[in-house]
Amino acid sequence: LYSELVQYHQNRVDSIGELERRLESSGYQVGLKVLELITYRNREYKREIRIMNILQFVSTQVWKALFGKNADSLERSIDNADEFMIVDYEPLTSTFVSVPADFGQLSVDAYMSGIVAGVLTGAGFSARVTAHSVALEEGEHSFGSNNNALSGGASSLPPRKEKAVFLVKFAPEVLERDAAMDR
Amino acid sequence: PHMSNQVLLFLIVGKNEPLYEAEIHKRGSTGNSDAVARQSYFVLHSSLDLVEKSAWVTQNMYLKVVDKVNQQYVSTFLTAGNIKFVLLHPGRNEESIKNFFYDVHELYVKLSMNPFYHYDTPITSKEFDKRVKAVARRYLS
Repeated sequence: LYSELVQYHQNRVDSIGELERRLESSGYQVGLKVLELITYRNREYKREIRIMNILQFVSTQVWKALFGKNADSLERSIDNADEFMIVDYEPLTSTFVSVPADFGQLSVDAYMSGIVAGVLTGAGFSARVTAHSVALEEGEHSFGSNNNALSGGASSLPPRKEKAVFLVKFAPEVLERDAAMDR
Repeated sequence: PHMSNQVLLFLIVGKNEPLYEAEIHKRGSTGNSDAVARQSYFVLHSSLDLVEKSAWVTQNMYLKVVDKVNQQYVSTFLTAGNIKFVLLHPGRNEESIKNFFYDVHELYVKLSMNPFYHYDTPITSKEFDKRVKAVARRYLS
């Protein structure tokens, strides 16, 4: 179904940038709905109001709802206080979509970025989210420590050479609000 | 003019504007007047700042009473996406109001799953309206 979505948009755009924007925009709408649905299903009638907690909500509950597993890690940028990274060694959306040679930098992780942005912004943590493919370092674990629901373990796929990193950059007022809560 | 204590006003408020409204008449009430409706909107509008502040102080979705004006109370419930359910009511009745909000929340989540409904836009579904009013009758009249 997802490849249908990609192909639907592919026929109507004339640049890679446009395709990515449309995927991101579709993802954003999904994110807004996923936020409400997962929270409702939890039946706890609680909202997240801290940055670390909403990021954990995304990297665990949202990831699990969409991919059947948690994200592989959640990190904070050393250089920029407003940036965080959600890392996935086997992101679903690009594992099964092969990229034709002439598409170059096409990243269907744009869709996932949109979802993350929708969840965060809907919850009141306005953020820009971008997807990056980062080369794995030597010895870096190329299979997630969680079971991949689809392949049931390792080997029917060729080993990944890259990990997907979703970079989350929060708006300044979000950082300020969160910092004020510590006082 | 004395505010009627026969009418409750329920609003769903998005980031910038009301998305839905319903008047709930208590059993035996003789009906609504425009003066009540106008004053009610004014009361609710000025309570929204207080709702905003409360939103970042607690993780609870049910915020209970956030404001009181004349003899009317303002109770609020926030969804995960920070959509505000606001109820203007004459008496304190936390348990009933909480149940009302919880049931409306379920209706709202179902509405959200409809691919034709976009987040933070006016709610025009007649089915939604009918069901909200049925929930209101069950818990609030």
